[in-house]
Amino acid sequence: MALPLFLLSPALALLVGIVAYPIGRAVWLSFHRLEILQPDLTRFVGLEHYQALLQDPVIRIALQNSVVWVVGVVVFQFLGGLVGAIILNRRFPGRAVVRGLALIPWATPSVLVALMWTWMLDGNYGLLNDLLVKAGILSRFQPWLAQPWSALPAVILADVWQGIPFFAVMLLAALQAIPEDLFEAAKIDGASAWRVFCHVTLPLLLPTILITTMLRMIWTANYMDLIMIMTGGGPGYSSLTVPLHAYYTAYKRLDFGYGATIAIVQVVILAAAIVLYLRQLRANEGMVQ
Amino acid sequence: MTRRPVRRAWAALKLWVPLGAWLTFVLAPYAWMFITSIKPPNELYTKAVRYWPGQPTFEGYRLLLETTPFLTYMRNSGIVAVSTCAVALVVATAAAYCFSRIPFRGKGVMLFGFLVTQLFPSVLLVLPLFLIMRSLGILNTPPALILAHSTFAVPFSTWMLTGFFNAIPRELDEAATIDGCTRLQTFRYVLLPLSAPGVAAALTYIFIYSWNEFIYALTFTADLRARTLPVGLQTFMGEFIIRWDLLTAGGVITALPIVFFFMLVQRQLIAGLTAGAVKG
Repeated sequence: MALPLFLLSPALALLVGIVAYPIGRAVWLSFHRLEILQPDLTRFVGLEHYQALLQDPVIRIALQNSVVWVVGVVVFQFLGGLVGAIILNRRFPGRAVVRGLALIPWATPSVLVALMWTWMLDGNYGLLNDLLVKAGILSRFQPWLAQPWSALPAVILADVWQGIPFFAVMLLAALQAIPEDLFEAAKIDGASAWRVFCHVTLPLLLPTILITTMLRMIWTANYMDLIMIMTGGGPGYSSLTVPLHAYYTAYKRLDFGYGATIAIVQVVILAAAIVLYLRQLRANEGMVQ
Repeated sequence: MTRRPVRRAWAALKLWVPLGAWLTFVLAPYAWMFITSIKPPNELYTKAVRYWPGQPTFEGYRLLLETTPFLTYMRNSGIVAVSTCAVALVVATAAAYCFSRIPFRGKGVMLFGFLVTQLFPSVLLVLPLFLIMRSLGILNTPPALILAHSTFAVPFSTWMLTGFFNAIPRELDEAATIDGCTRLQTFRYVLLPLSAPGVAAALTYIFIYSWNEFIYALTFTADLRARTLPVGLQTFMGEFIIRWDLLTAGGVITALPIVFFFMLVQRQLIAGLTAGAVKG
């Protein structure tokens, strides 16, 4: 037991010090009013922050936006990723390089993604506006990121673009793990391409789809870089999500206690959603068998 | 006679058209960033968008490097990313060796616990960490970021490395032990050389993570002393929102090392990324 402990201790020290202890501190913060400039005046306030949550009109908007954000992003990333995986699954010269190229957005800093898309969505000189007007879809340029109705969808578009390649590569790996003879057997039985996809490919991909989708949902719910840089949650509160609300509460209003409370609520809601998702999965499995 | 070439052309069309569309979708934003970065300012803000500059210029790059603190941000990013690579790789390799080669109780729970830490939102951790770093007196210094980045890169790199170590047959360890190798020697002369591609992939993952990371870098740094590239670019976006030539030039320079390292080890990196999902 001594050797494993010795080898694991650096990792454990980091994870306890930089993850576990701060989580404890966050819970502590949620019960206190922290005076950031005069730490001596910090005091215990009990459930005050949690009560404030019930009266906070912004948290309701942020929750709605979070749901739209997560569902919009994950659904379109999944669909785009599935199409991408099917395209990349075919044999062609240079496939390895193409697969690598396709994954570059995953390795691109979110700041860069925000920068590229802010520029392409620009209301005066944006490429996207230009293309849409030339194609006759729009009659004039739209300031996508500055209008309440289009700000959140525009940021979702940027995140979908960033996340599709990752989904595609995950699904591609699962696709390549399916034994070739299954497809051949289905073909010999006279199944059309669509039927093969529905009755062979999709069921075999399902475990990967469910796991990847769940991890993506968690990750997307917590992800705030893009929104922060592209719209700052605005205009108004139109693209403010829950983690962003927590962050701004702490750093703009310097209310660390309430900010931590919002972050904890985010974790609790997310955990509940995961439990429901897993339970639903298990129930469905039971039905199939 | 004519049917075969037609059929072959049709097959090629069916392959390359969707593929081309997909690659355009993925790569067009990068191309547009590069094109913007070589446009002279008077061609940037025209009524009709120009798809290629009439007079391409690298003036934007020169101005970026000479008139802005871009190089300082880049140096900070380099210091943080390289140090994070060193710290996180040592920590993750030790842990991965342990998970792969030493049987002990509670291994499954421990590995699971490692991954669970990935699921906590950064906003939950960043608030208390800010206070902790402040009381340690390392706010606005590279060590604050190195510490945070190492911690958040360790679970996934451990996961990847464990997979790569597991792929090496244990018989080789045993053979080395019989030949009189100590545990450390076995690791050094058998495991490490054989898993070199995996180590390279883990290293790249750590580098990319640290080079790209935004929220902690934004929160823990206040000025030129420790600000990294992503934070620098973000402040540029606020400050000279009109200078898109400089911004995109900065974007191109930021993306280059990432794309380079990534393409170098993409095969191993993809193997490491997808290992968990497929089995799952």
